[in-house]
Amino acid sequence: MALMLVKFDLKKRVKLAQTVWFMYWFAVMAGVLVFSMGLFFKIELRKRSELMDNNESHFLPNLLIFMGLIACGINAFGGKVCYDSLDPSKFAKWKPMLKNFLVFCVVFNALLFVTALLCFVMRIPLQFTLAEGLRSGMKFYKDTDTPGRCYMKRTLDQMQMEFRCCGNDNYRDWFEIQWVSNRYLDFSAKEVKDRIGSNVDGQYLMDGVPFSCCNPSSPRPCIQFQMTNNTAHYSYDHYTEELNVWNRGCREALLSYYGGLMNTIGALVLLVTMLEIGVTIGLQYVDSSLSTLVNPDDPESESEGWILEKTVKETFTDIMDKMKAMGKGSKVEEGEAAVATVS
Amino acid sequence: MPFMPVKFNSQKRVKLAQGLWLIYWLSVIVGIFIFSLGIFFKIELRKRSEMMDNNESHLVPNLLILVGLLACGINAFGGKVCHDSLDPVKFAKWKPMLKPYLMMCCGFNGLLLLTGLLCFLMQFAVYLTLAEGLKNSIKFYKDTDTPGRCFMKRTLDMTQIEFRCCGNNNFRDWFEVQWISNRYLDMSNDLVKDRVLSNVEQKYLMDSVPFSCCNPGSPRPCIQHHLTNNSAHYDYDHRIEELNIWTRGCREALFSYFSSMMSSIGILVLGTIILESADMAGLKYLTTALETMEDPENPECESEGWLLEKGVKETFGDLLTKMKTLGKGNQVDEGGDAQEAAT
Repeated sequence: MALMLVKFDLKKRVKLAQTVWFMYWFAVMAGVLVFSMGLFFKIELRKRSELMDNNESHFLPNLLIFMGLIACGINAFGGKVCYDSLDPSKFAKWKPMLKNFLVFCVVFNALLFVTALLCFVMRIPLQFTLAEGLRSGMKFYKDTDTPGRCYMKRTLDQMQMEFRCCGNDNYRDWFEIQWVSNRYLDFSAKEVKDRIGSNVDGQYLMDGVPFSCCNPSSPRPCIQFQMTNNTAHYSYDHYTEELNVWNRGCREALLSYYGGLMNTIGALVLLVTMLEIGVTIGLQYVDSSLSTLVNPDDPESESEGWILEKTVKETFTDIMDKMKAMGKGSKVEEGEAAVATVS
Repeated sequence: MPFMPVKFNSQKRVKLAQGLWLIYWLSVIVGIFIFSLGIFFKIELRKRSEMMDNNESHLVPNLLILVGLLACGINAFGGKVCHDSLDPVKFAKWKPMLKPYLMMCCGFNGLLLLTGLLCFLMQFAVYLTLAEGLKNSIKFYKDTDTPGRCFMKRTLDMTQIEFRCCGNNNFRDWFEVQWISNRYLDMSNDLVKDRVLSNVEQKYLMDSVPFSCCNPGSPRPCIQHHLTNNSAHYDYDHRIEELNIWTRGCREALFSYFSSMMSSIGILVLGTIILESADMAGLKYLTTALETMEDPENPECESEGWLLEKGVKETFGDLLTKMKTLGKGNQVDEGGDAQEAAT
């Protein structure tokens, strides 16, 4: 008893082939979309790889690019088969390949589904990479003369301005590191010597933040230095001041940006997976309806189409038997080869 | 003697109609593109209208939107006529409208030429508006408590960050205005009192700039205050320091942005004129080829197509005589009315 049997006459077959052809071209465009999303994601990771210690995993965008290309190829081939399906002579040359092609499509759909799940799951490793990378980024902010790190300051400043964030968790992270290079500190000044002497590591720490933390929406000019000292500024209370610098930490800002991007891509890949399942089922119907013509020479005859020739259980047991037979076949060959070598 | 006659047989006519139909659809897409460019330009002007005193002229974007819509309509109609031209029955109903349609296309090309020229000429107006507007913006930077101007600070800060510029001509423009609101000045402080009294208008002037002038590419943390005082900062010489703050003025930055946008749009519009002229020529050839069929009942017969029925000079002379007769016709009418009124 076939799974989901449908009767077809000529008109229905033609309509089915045209619809599935149309869907295949849609699916090609969906494949291009997946490819370009993978490319976009890769570029976004590359742009900010300095902030992630050049340590970020490019596995997911590479997978998306690969799946997008394969999707384009598979769907273009499927579309060609559908286009030729109404002409028996052209269809005859595709027929032998169809069974293997459909199995390949099923495997591809499963991989696509796994990719979609990965899009949602890979957020977690990204969180750790970001946390580590930002902490190092801030430590190297002052090293504008060290080759390989001289652009860290600019990258970090531009990122804080673009994402409207300050520091790793919040602005106080800047109080714990020296972000002014020693080249610009006057070591003969008493104030500098005091600050350096005041901590174990000999670092010039201050309660100030870089200018990129400033919030343009603040009604007063930005207060960057002596932030915890209320008396240093007129009418200023650092406990109640909210608009002066950005309150959000950059790890949270970047994570929400990349998390949103990955969620969107994951949702789109799920939709593409459903489309691919639809076209695979459509092609199976086209194939089965053309194979079961009551009178092979008469194109007007009726036929039947199905998803599986037998029921799910029977198909599954058939596959298991085939695999066992293949395994036994190998064993028999080995036994014969052993006998041949002995005698 | 027709102007640029070309002989057509049935195959050539069909090819011309198909090619022209494709070009018309391309022109519709170009029309949509011009419409969207007009909307984009309008949005950009609106975004920065605070920098221009809300005084900027929206003539060019409005004209672009109108031209884009007209182009879509005219070219869609032309495409429909081409599509129907190979069926004599359908073409017969469009035939009477074609002469006025071609006149309208000529007028539309004139409008396109005007729009293209305006795109280049209105840049001067934009420059002058920007100069005035930025001067006022800098003056109103501190008025974050005045209704209607409370977002001027944020807009100016974000403009300086985005366009990498400082002040109107350069950063010294900030030295000439008070950009700190009086609410944040401690008037009982001697330093503040000295500064306020040091100039005629009693403004708190200083040699400092807002944080948005800072250049993230500078190797040292941004020096915003006491810019002209070398001794206030370690290892600092304001005459040779180049990377500290943006050296470009915002008027130049904004103007180069808008002028490049307007120049590109102008070039595109002028290119559209060439496309539209090609459309008109093609349609004229097609209609004349269909009109001059030797044997109207036989679609396979030969015919001739041209751009103008007589030579250029003769057509021009004909037009002038027609206009003169129209003018004389009015005079005769007036004379006739006068006679009737008299009798």
